Amino acid sequence: MSTGTVTPTTDEQSLEAENLRSRRGFRMPRLLGSATDITLILILIVVVFAVLDFQSFFTVQNFTQILINAALLLVMAVGATFVLITGGVDLSVGSVLVFSGVIAGKVMELFGSAGWGASLAGIAAALVAGTAWGIVNGLVITKLHVPPLIATLGSYGAAQGLAQIITNGNDLKNVPIELVDSIGFGRVFGIPILVIIALVVAAIGGLVLWATRYGRRTYAVGSNAEAARRAGINVDRHLLKVYAFAGMLAGLAGILSFAKFGTTTLAGHATDNLNVIAAVVIGGTSLFGGVGTMIGTVVGTLIPATLANGLVIVGLNSFWRDFAVGVVLVAAVYLDQLRRRSRSPR
Amino acid sequence: MTTTPLLEAREVTKRFGAVEALRGASFQIFPGEVVALMGDNGAGKSTLIKTICGVNSPDGGEVRFEGRSIAGWHPKAVQALGIETVYQDLALAPDLDTPANLFLGRERLKPGILGALGVLAKKSMRAEASQVLKDLSVKIKDETAPISNLSGGQQQSVAVARAVSWADKLVIMDEPTAALGVPQTQAVLALIDRVRDSGRSVVLISHSLPDVMQVADRIEVLRLGRRVAQLVTRETNEEQIVGAMTGAWTQEVAA
Ligand SMILES: Nc1ncnc2c1ncn2[C@@H]1O[C@H](COP(=O)(O)OP(=O)(O)O)[C@@H](O)[C@H]1O
Ligand SMILES: [Mg+2]
Repeated sequence: MSTGTVTPTTDEQSLEAENLRSRRGFRMPRLLGSATDITLILILIVVVFAVLDFQSFFTVQNFTQILINAALLLVMAVGATFVLITGGVDLSVGSVLVFSGVIAGKVMELFGSAGWGASLAGIAAALVAGTAWGIVNGLVITKLHVPPLIATLGSYGAAQGLAQIITNGNDLKNVPIELVDSIGFGRVFGIPILVIIALVVAAIGGLVLWATRYGRRTYAVGSNAEAARRAGINVDRHLLKVYAFAGMLAGLAGILSFAKFGTTTLAGHATDNLNVIAAVVIGGTSLFGGVGTMIGTVVGTLIPATLANGLVIVGLNSFWRDFAVGVVLVAAVYLDQLRRRSRSPR
Repeated sequence: MTTTPLLEAREVTKRFGAVEALRGASFQIFPGEVVALMGDNGAGKSTLIKTICGVNSPDGGEVRFEGRSIAGWHPKAVQALGIETVYQDLALAPDLDTPANLFLGRERLKPGILGALGVLAKKSMRAEASQVLKDLSVKIKDETAPISNLSGGQQQSVAVARAVSWADKLVIMDEPTAALGVPQTQAVLALIDRVRDSGRSVVLISHSLPDVMQVADRIEVLRLGRRVAQLVTRETNEEQIVGAMTGAWTQEVAA
């Protein structure tokens, strides 16, 4: 056999053309991969604001502020990246954040709402509450075969409702001072602990996604669940873990939010889910599953945060942020579609 | 043939709702044999092999591998026996690259503590993937590209390479050359020859009579969910095979 010596078939020629096309489109640094385009957009945004008002915008202090503002969304977006890569979606995150904060508040009340004991109990309670919702989502999706959109829309309503019932609609405000002073406003070497936590979560999430079997199988499940199943991967169990992980991170965001704002902010997270999904998708993760990076998600979270910050600094109404984010979001999905269309038919 | 069959299906039945896909289908393959499974579209070929390798569970009948009943086993358990399948609907992950697809579900981990943490041995898998493809004379333009960027023929080659490299005893291929041009088809047929030379068996589902005549030792024909003929390639001809497929000719002993 010598397939190498025959003249190229049309098949091979079209392959050549395809390779050329993709090579031109993805020549940029390996590290960023598909997040390259969107990173350039973030840099462009930073440059524009720096030109418009260098003194107020381009300072360490202001960048730190942007990171603080993005921290909660980033923590949730790390979980959402996994969920979206499996081809799913999680609409429940903002409500799970609120619910977990409320549970943490109630548990800390048992400990007198003061001291490190109460604080640690609150952190544990928030993580457990978030994970529990994630497991519920995962079970409804894999065992009851309810599509993720509906399953998590259900828990979006249910978690918010339960949080209101538990609190009678009144925000809890009993945060131990230890928690406020550390997670809420504390700094290490000038860097807010809140930001450190968010970045560490993103780094761990990124490593898991990129380097481990769990990450590899997350892509495989989202790329072709049937192929994964036939290759012996337990798809249902994997999905359950992914939703549980996303729930746990929403729980973590719950205790971070409680510490940062000093209240359970019952009414403050109704659109978190959409903001999180927008950030992840802007970062290049495909809504159809199988594709995405954690670096992309970090950048995708920073774009809305930077826009909001910069627009206010240059004196524009921050509602322009919503407009701009909307445009970037649609553009990102359009780019994704273009990439998919350039594939050979399966 | 006096040895026991490597794999034998006997009187297998399978229905999907109102559709009776298999109505007592039988099949046999011996060690070191290439057997073509032929039949019209809808005859039940794909259903039969999916039942053999655990994707479907049979409603009735028997599936034996080396004398042991394996009907209804989990696909993973069937794989562990040394049986690999190239499905008609490929079963690749289009967004993953070639090495990742070759190692799908069997990812290799790093040694030591990193491995315990689930860290992949990417370099080692990449190197082995290249070696496997080279050994099988499969040429992939860019092994690091998502498999969806490859042509249909190249994707098919990856699926075939995966099956051949993991199968210790039996490779089942469901229309592996349907999407391929002439040179790639010849490459797959040469690969089948080499699998036989290594002492393993191949079940080849194909509609192409010339391909089957070239590579198969025997031919078994399914029609309407039942076996209607068992033929030895060098004792038969195309007319007889087509006759069996269309029902114009039936071999009494086959079913
Ligand atoms: N999963 C399924 N659900 C319903 N019907 C099926 C399914 N798989 C196969 N069939 C039916 O079973 C019959 C045999 O199909 P198949 O085994 O694919 O035939 P072949 O591979 O010989 O062309 C066809 O009528 C087909 O429509
Ligand atoms: Mg078929």
